[in-house]
Order: sequence, then structure tokens, then C-alpha cells
Amino acid sequence: MSAQVGELKVRNVPIRLHRAGRGPMVLFLHGAGGLPQWLPFFDALAEHYELLVPEHPGFGGSVDPPWIRSMADLAMFYLDLVEEAGLDRVHLIGNSLGGWLAAEILIRDRSRFKSLVQLAPAGIRVKGVPCGDNFIWGQEEAVRNLYHDQSFADRILALTPDEAQMDVMLRNRFTVAKLGWQPRWFNPDLEKWLHRIKLPALIVWGDDDKIMPPQYAALWHERLPDSRLVMVEGCGHLPHIEHAALVARHVRAFLEGGAS
Amino acid sequence: MKLVSFHLMPYRPLDLEEAAKHRSPWVVLPNRLYDPVKGAEEYARHIDALVYAEELGFDAIGVNEHHQTAYGLMPAPNLIASALIQRTKKVQIAILGRALPLVNNPIYIAEEFAMLDNLSKGRIIAGFVRGIGSEYHSSGVNPFFSHERFHEAHDLIIRAWTEPGPFAFDGDHFSLRYVNLWPRPYQTPHPPVWIPSQGSSETVAWAADPKRKYPFLVTFSSGDLVARYHNSYREQARQYGYEAGADQLGWACPIYVAETDERAREEAGRAVETLFNDFLRQSFEMLMPPGYTSIGSMKNFISMRRGLGGGKATAESLIESGTALIGSPKTVLTGIERMRERTGFGILVALLQFGILSDDLTRGNMDRFASDVMPHLRG
Repeated sequence: MSAQVGELKVRNVPIRLHRAGRGPMVLFLHGAGGLPQWLPFFDALAEHYELLVPEHPGFGGSVDPPWIRSMADLAMFYLDLVEEAGLDRVHLIGNSLGGWLAAEILIRDRSRFKSLVQLAPAGIRVKGVPCGDNFIWGQEEAVRNLYHDQSFADRILALTPDEAQMDVMLRNRFTVAKLGWQPRWFNPDLEKWLHRIKLPALIVWGDDDKIMPPQYAALWHERLPDSRLVMVEGCGHLPHIEHAALVARHVRAFLEGGAS
Repeated sequence: MKLVSFHLMPYRPLDLEEAAKHRSPWVVLPNRLYDPVKGAEEYARHIDALVYAEELGFDAIGVNEHHQTAYGLMPAPNLIASALIQRTKKVQIAILGRALPLVNNPIYIAEEFAMLDNLSKGRIIAGFVRGIGSEYHSSGVNPFFSHERFHEAHDLIIRAWTEPGPFAFDGDHFSLRYVNLWPRPYQTPHPPVWIPSQGSSETVAWAADPKRKYPFLVTFSSGDLVARYHNSYREQARQYGYEAGADQLGWACPIYVAETDERAREEAGRAVETLFNDFLRQSFEMLMPPGYTSIGSMKNFISMRRGLGGGKATAESLIESGTALIGSPKTVLTGIERMRERTGFGILVALLQFGILSDDLTRGNMDRFASDVMPHLRG
């Protein structure tokens, strides 16, 4: 299956939007790596849902307006997006930086959302348990540390990106630094407002996540008022890539069960 | 020509073999490798060398700021400057420079420079830098906002030095209800500002602006790059409608003088290699955190590095490329004169101690530079 790729303008800022499937609406917020390719996980979701996958401002094919300077700005941008596009009853899924973004959106206004799936989100901190420093890691090291199963890393490292892909990777990295360099990967004010997310939530975490250590999963579980936690064995920071079918089943069961 | 004797104050007792096992001597090198007894001695000897430069007739002595690294032991260069003021009489003291974006309140930098300027009765040269990439890892400051913070901090400091206080400063990064310096700087309107840089076109355009005309120092680059950066400054000045003076162009370079070329290489070859291969060793991710430069500059850097092949520098290659001047008085003088012919530069920032170079060799180097090279650069 392939997605339709289109452009969406939010407050006159053009962003690239991938769309697939029919059914209840699911909005997927990507992580720091951007959206280099359409994923099998998306296909699995698109069998049952209308899936929207935007590229955040400053990532991939989306413009970066100078007034987006923080995760708070990006969250407000997405509230504009949801309103301008008339989206409602949305199931929100976020991975890593996208999970952080999802939480920033929902503590501000959850009225157009039905549920939340968090795949190894950033955004809060467990004191004494530092995140992996993927800004200081070398290129290969950074790819390897994303995965438990190194065959995923091997496949990525075997590719030679062309110049356009290199440009996108650099651009993504700049935007990621803008949003997450300091404080590193979290907003000190987010954790205390997570109780506002009064929605059914599913948290999925790899037991071998070298970026967001598994201890973070417990804190999310504690702070989100209506959440269940699934730990995935033999899995790194990208559960929806490393265990696509399994995670898709968990998500579907969640959306058909408590979240519907 | 204005002559500056500049020092990085490296931690020479570093166990280089052990250090090589770590990602870099910057940011993450375990500080158990620092021995305070040896380190204290290093400070004493390095300060002695700078003080000695006044005796030899240098116009200025220089220090700079680096954090969490064996490369240089001056996270707070103004402390060293303060000590130098007490031990010298006439020589200018150049802090090359303070890293403006790394602080949360640049007023403190304005205050410290103003204090030093008063303590020295006007002998201070104030260098402004952004700090190198690794410093955004060690300080945590977001490199994406590095340029913005630099410009804002610069504007704040210059206004604090020149405008009657108190006034309010309304920046995006620094917002201060009261700016009101006590003391004000000794020099009028303020200490000279110099800009050490790796040569990014944005910095050249900014420094050469007729509002500023800041001397621009090119550091640790091949002869060709130094010439290119100097001439791009000249070109920029012409576009602004004026001709850049020799006193606006500086070159910071490791220099070693011995009786013969062979002797110089023998004595300083290994030391200059340790400067580039051991003390400066940093990964791309450390040197170029995202946003520290524009995307264009970063792409240039990536392709340049690919061209270099990432191999280790040898004394041979450093001399060959003109990155270091190591040889007989005639060889060193020729290197300087050739650059003067190419660019008309007028500030030489001589790094006469580098890497593991010992006190004795440093002293001999300084003596020979002063007796055999310096006289030819005067007049």
C-alpha cells in the first residue's frame, strides 16, 4: 500500500502530509529522525484507520517558520492544524520527539482527541537516569543505538544517501537541536501537567531502549491518569519499526477496546 | 606589525596514550587524568612564559577560553588576565576571547572586562567568540541559537560600555531591566574588540562592517585558507566602501624558531603534532553541533573534511601547508613575509608554546623569535 502525499497549509505554512486508509482518524507524529520512508507499521494501521502522517515544520519537505522556536510553539502549531483541517475524534500516536509533542498538545487542549499512544516518548525526565546522548554519538553509533536487533542498523548503514537525502538529514538535525538540545529532550514543566491528559493512553517501550531508558516508561505510566504500559522484549527506541506487526496489534487492540 | 604572544595553557602532563582511548580530550575525557599538583605547576610555568613575553618586547600577551578539556586550562581566562596584570607593566593583555553565547547574563562579561581594563589602566583587548562546537556540548547551550545569542550579547556589552546607565535591554535571549555598569571601562569608548574566528563568511561580513571594523584573527588554518579569509575580509570592506587596514587582519599561528630547519623540526615536530592530533582531536559531531553554523557552511565543512581524508597531521604536512611556522629564523620570517605580501595583515598572534612543548624549548623559542625574527617585523 502507498500513501497519498500532499501539502497542507497551516497559517500559510506549507507542510507535507502523508495520508492512507479509511476509518477512524489516526494522527501519527514522527520522531527526531523525521520521515525518511513510509513504514510497514503505517500500512498495518491504514488497513483499519484513516492515517495522517505530517512532516513537522523544519523536517523533510515542510517549511520551518522562524516563529517556531520551541516545542510549545510546535504544539500550538498542531492545535491550529487540527482546527484548520477540521479534524475531530482523533487518535494520536507519537514516537520519541513526536510523543513529547503529543503530550504538549494534549495538556493544552485535548478536546478534538480520543486517545493517545506513546511509543518511547521524550518530554519528561527521570532524575539520575540520563538519556542517551545522540547528539555526541557518531553517525554509525547513533544508528546502532536506535535498535536492539542490529540487522535493522546494518540495512540502514548499507545505504548511501544522495545529496538531497543528506540535506534533509542535516535539516532535520538542525530542527531537532532547536527543539530538544536544552534542556535535553524534556520540558521541565510538562510532567506536572500530564494529569490533564484525561484520555485512554497506551504506552509502548522497548526493553533495550538506549535513548529513552526503560525507567522512563514507569514514570509516564504513573503520570498519565488512564494508561496501560506494554514493554516490548528485544526492542530499542523504535518499537513500531523493530516490532511493527506486534506493535500494530497492540495499538489496534487498544483502539478497538478501551480507546474507542 | 603588532606582535602578540599567545598561550593556550595546555595540560602537558596528559597521558596521551590513555587519552587516545576516549572519544576526545574535550567534554568527556575523565578528569581523573588531571593531577592538581602537576596542573598547578603548569599554570605557574605558563604564566611565567607570558610574563616573559613583555620583557622580550611583545606588544601584547594573549589568553583564551575553553571548557572541560586538556587542550587548555582556562575556562575563566579573565582570572589569568587578572594575574598577568599584576605581573606586567606596559604590555597589552588580549583575552581572545570570551565565549559570549555560553553565558546566561552577558553583563557579567562586560563587568569583568571593565574591571580588568581599570585594573590594568587600559591595557585590555577584548576578544569575542562563540566558543567552539564542543563547548555547546559541555555548556548545554543550544547551538541552534548560537549566532543570535552572540549578536545579542555583543550589542548588550557594547551598549553597557558606552551608553549612560541605567537603561533597559530588551533582547530575545537576554532581557534586563537594569544595565548600569560599575565600573565603566577605562579606555574610551571601550577596550578594542577583536574577533578570532574560523573564517565563516557571516562572521567576516559582520566584523568588517564599518560600524565595527573589528580586527579579524584567523586561527589554525593552512596558509591558503588564512590568505583566503583575509582577502575575503578585504573584499567585504571594499564592498562597504573602505579599504581594510593592516591592523584589521590577524593571523594566529604556532611558531617555532631554531638555528636550522632540521633542528626546529627535531625539537618542535612532535609537539606540534600533539597539538593537532591529540589536544585538538574532536569528532564531527562535537565540532559541528547542529545550528552552530549555517547548513551551507556545515556542508562545506563536510566536503572539505572528506577531501582531507581524516588522516593524522604530521609536522611535515603542517609546515608544508603553512599551518605552522617551524624552522630557522629565515624560514619563519619568510613565512610571515610571504603572508604579509599575500594579505597585508598586521597582527601576528604567535603561539610559541604548543602541545607538549617543554618549558626549556618554549623559552629558547621565545628568545630566538625575539632576537632573530622580531626586529625584522618592526619598522
